[in-house]
Amino acid sequence: MMEHTNTFLNSEDRGGPAQPLLLVKDLKKYFPVRNGLFSREKKFVHAVDNVSFSVAKGKTLGIVGESGCGKSTTAKLIARLINPDSGKMVFDGDGVVEYGGIALKDFRKNLQMVFQDSFASLNPRLTIEQTIAYGPTVHGVSKLDASKQAKDLLERVGLEPEQFANRYPHELSGGQRQRVNIARALAYQPRLIILDEAVAALDKSVQAQVLNLLQELKRERQLTYLFISHDLHVVHYMSDEVMVMYLGQVVEKGPVDLIFNNPAHPYTKALLSAIPSMDPGKKTLKPPLEGDPPNPINPPSGCRFQDRCPVVKELCRNATPELKGVGDTSDHIVACHLAEERHI
Amino acid sequence: MMKDNIDHPQPQYQKTKGYWHAVLRQLKNEPLAIISAGILLVLIIAALFAPWLAPADPFKASMLKRLMPIGSPGNLLGTDELGRDMLTRLMYGGRLSLIMGIVPVFSAFCIGTTLGLIAGYLGGRVNMVIMRILDIFYAFPSVLLAVAISGALGPGLSNSLIALTLVFVPQIVRVAESVTTQVRQLDYIEAARMSGSSNLSIIRVHILANVLGPVFVYATGLLSVSMILASGLSFLGLGVKPPEPEWGLMLNTLRSAIYNKPYIAALPGGFIFITSIAFNLLADGIRSAMDIKK
Amino acid sequence: MLSYILKRLLYALPIALSVTVVSFMLVYLAPGDPLNAIAPADAPADVIQALKSAYGLDKPIPIQYGLWLWRALHGDLGTSISSGRAVLGEVLGAVSNTFMLATIASFIGVFIGCVLGALAGYWRGSWIDKIATTLSVIGVSIPHYWLGLVLTIIFSITLGWFPAMGAGPGGSSEWVWDYEHLKYLVLPAVTLSVIPMGIITRTVRALVADMLEQEFVIALRARGLSSLVVFRHVAKNTAPTVLAVTGLQIGYLMGGSILVETVFAWPGTGFLLNTAIFQRDIPLLQGTLLVLCMIFVVLNLLVDIVQPLIDPRMGRT
Repeated sequence: MMEHTNTFLNSEDRGGPAQPLLLVKDLKKYFPVRNGLFSREKKFVHAVDNVSFSVAKGKTLGIVGESGCGKSTTAKLIARLINPDSGKMVFDGDGVVEYGGIALKDFRKNLQMVFQDSFASLNPRLTIEQTIAYGPTVHGVSKLDASKQAKDLLERVGLEPEQFANRYPHELSGGQRQRVNIARALAYQPRLIILDEAVAALDKSVQAQVLNLLQELKRERQLTYLFISHDLHVVHYMSDEVMVMYLGQVVEKGPVDLIFNNPAHPYTKALLSAIPSMDPGKKTLKPPLEGDPPNPINPPSGCRFQDRCPVVKELCRNATPELKGVGDTSDHIVACHLAEERHI
Repeated sequence: MMKDNIDHPQPQYQKTKGYWHAVLRQLKNEPLAIISAGILLVLIIAALFAPWLAPADPFKASMLKRLMPIGSPGNLLGTDELGRDMLTRLMYGGRLSLIMGIVPVFSAFCIGTTLGLIAGYLGGRVNMVIMRILDIFYAFPSVLLAVAISGALGPGLSNSLIALTLVFVPQIVRVAESVTTQVRQLDYIEAARMSGSSNLSIIRVHILANVLGPVFVYATGLLSVSMILASGLSFLGLGVKPPEPEWGLMLNTLRSAIYNKPYIAALPGGFIFITSIAFNLLADGIRSAMDIKK
Repeated sequence: MLSYILKRLLYALPIALSVTVVSFMLVYLAPGDPLNAIAPADAPADVIQALKSAYGLDKPIPIQYGLWLWRALHGDLGTSISSGRAVLGEVLGAVSNTFMLATIASFIGVFIGCVLGALAGYWRGSWIDKIATTLSVIGVSIPHYWLGLVLTIIFSITLGWFPAMGAGPGGSSEWVWDYEHLKYLVLPAVTLSVIPMGIITRTVRALVADMLEQEFVIALRARGLSSLVVFRHVAKNTAPTVLAVTGLQIGYLMGGSILVETVFAWPGTGFLLNTAIFQRDIPLLQGTLLVLCMIFVVLNLLVDIVQPLIDPRMGRT
């Protein structure tokens, strides 16, 4: 294990171990829908609707949900690739891009992202080394040092620098490219890495290798991860805490074991029961969820899950449930009117 | 590492050559392109070194020796309607014709790529404004546009160059904007934006290289069009003014000679034709070479 | 669909407006006083003043523009300085001549192009393909005004088959579809047809070759359908693109015919534009430009509307 040079970029722990690394409050992002020339009514896609959560230092928060539930948008909002319509973000005690908080450029050193499409994430005209070295040079590291750093990182992620540094992305396999993307993210010496379906496009065996690499890196460098995925097995493996999203809102959040063994929200239950069992004796008799997810454009009032919920009541159609603790614990929260009753 | 007499193969690290090297290497497989390049080289050398290579003075007229046929002693390609040596005028004419072919395309390339990058990267309103304005120009056939602008500005070499540049800019902007918009949506641009570097730096480092390729290919296709258009303008009397030797202009002044000396009258056009084919074949060759590499 | 058409119309309006402005203003961009075309330089001052007010040149430019546009919308494009006739009449006559030329040239070019392209695409890589491709490259590279000259030399001067210039014995004022007049059409049309020929050959060749390699053709063949059926199938699929390109070509030739018309003295819009420029005939220039450009705006609009109808897969390029 090589030592990692920490001389150049800023990675101090300012808030201390109890301070959550990332705190997000009431994040909102609506996208206007183009409706032709003459429509009066403005329609919006409620991509992210009042999402709040926090991530503790050194932990992995898994985010799950169907396509279109807002996970990727949330990731991009946190990464500041798109700007939220409203909401607050606090990183290790400092407001992000706020007066008196962290400036955007500095924030970029602290938070990086690994995308799903490993090929599209790499500039086809740059060599691997150039791609990895780019980030540090933007933040003032000299080209020579950045180059050396890049080579060290390549070695750390399991790609031999002599072989790979001067290659181009199209010469690498998917798994290798994703390692490069990880190295590229690490070059900034970030404290938080968002992994947006980072292993979804890889073969299972390669997935396992990359996931293990991620776990090692997390321990070595005291990283915090935001792990977005639709694959529940992988989420279970990687996460300390899990957050379930539906139609732009958070419906449940809690420690991974609680969520997987004792889900409180009907949607979470349905998701979990949809995982094919390893036991050939157990057969799935009927689909856990019926119907299609409703339109994220101008969603219904009340609980958004009402049309597909197997235990829906009148109350659910009238009032939007809020996130409340399940039972006595406060780290397992759920947004469902019936959670108290249903839970043992 | 053990020291012994066996030659252990060292890990070969191949420095993959740059993009343009590969394209050049691929070009060797395109015979037509090479021949064209050769022809163009000959023409360019003849044009560049005309003052030293040409047998006579391009402006020296002689009333006695008007329209001498091809192969006359002392005038290898005959003389024109004012008795000037054709070979000399063709060589000098090459300079102007080649300039009128290359300069507008090059200027349009620079201006057009910049505008296209801006429009493509910034998107939104800026994009709409730029593209809509250019749409106006794009709607018209190049010939008409060139004639109209030339007609307005008046005859002369620089006016023609300006007119042609204006004709080509919208086309190049279209290509550049389209590629920039596509590239901009790719994840590696998002990753670049995550680096915290300025927009200008992102464009320069990440987008530019990927946009230059397609735009360059398109521009090489425009070279022959530019030459033909430029000569066409001179043919109409809107470009270069007499007594300058320029192939299109020569076609114009020699027109009345088609009745008694058709070969001489047709000669300048033949050169335009050959140069134009050479440009096109070269452009085609470059395009295939870049295709395979991709 | 309706909203799409309306949107396109909305886009076309500012373009049309800009075109009117440009057509009007282009003359003023030129060096030299527009007045020089009308009055000799040494005319006495009061004559110049009289001429100025007669032509409305003494009013400020925006007003001149407004007046001109207003009259134009009523069909009055002024009077040509060089010929003394109404500009509108001259322009319309020229437009019909050019339209005739462009359409016939397009059809010739498209027909030959389709044949060559289909042959080249079907026998891809063979000598047929090489010849067809060469012809297509020539078509795109040749300076068509030079080709016109060459054809004139060969067919008119040397062989004497066709007349070299003009649109009919005794001028173009009456066009009749008879042999006498058609003789004048042949050379210009053939010359002009080379342009679409080159482009269509390339397009069709690529389409046909592409299509023949596609799986559904192999599937058709595997089911034992004869070559004729495959041919019909290929034709049906390539037709929309070819049609669209043809339409565009006709439009393009309408505007791009100026050089060929000059060579053959064909009395079309290009020739008229040429005359107007050199005679500094301002009303004629403005009127011709306006009509020509409007034709293009309308043409582009039509193409935009029709394209998605013909082939729902094609967006606007």
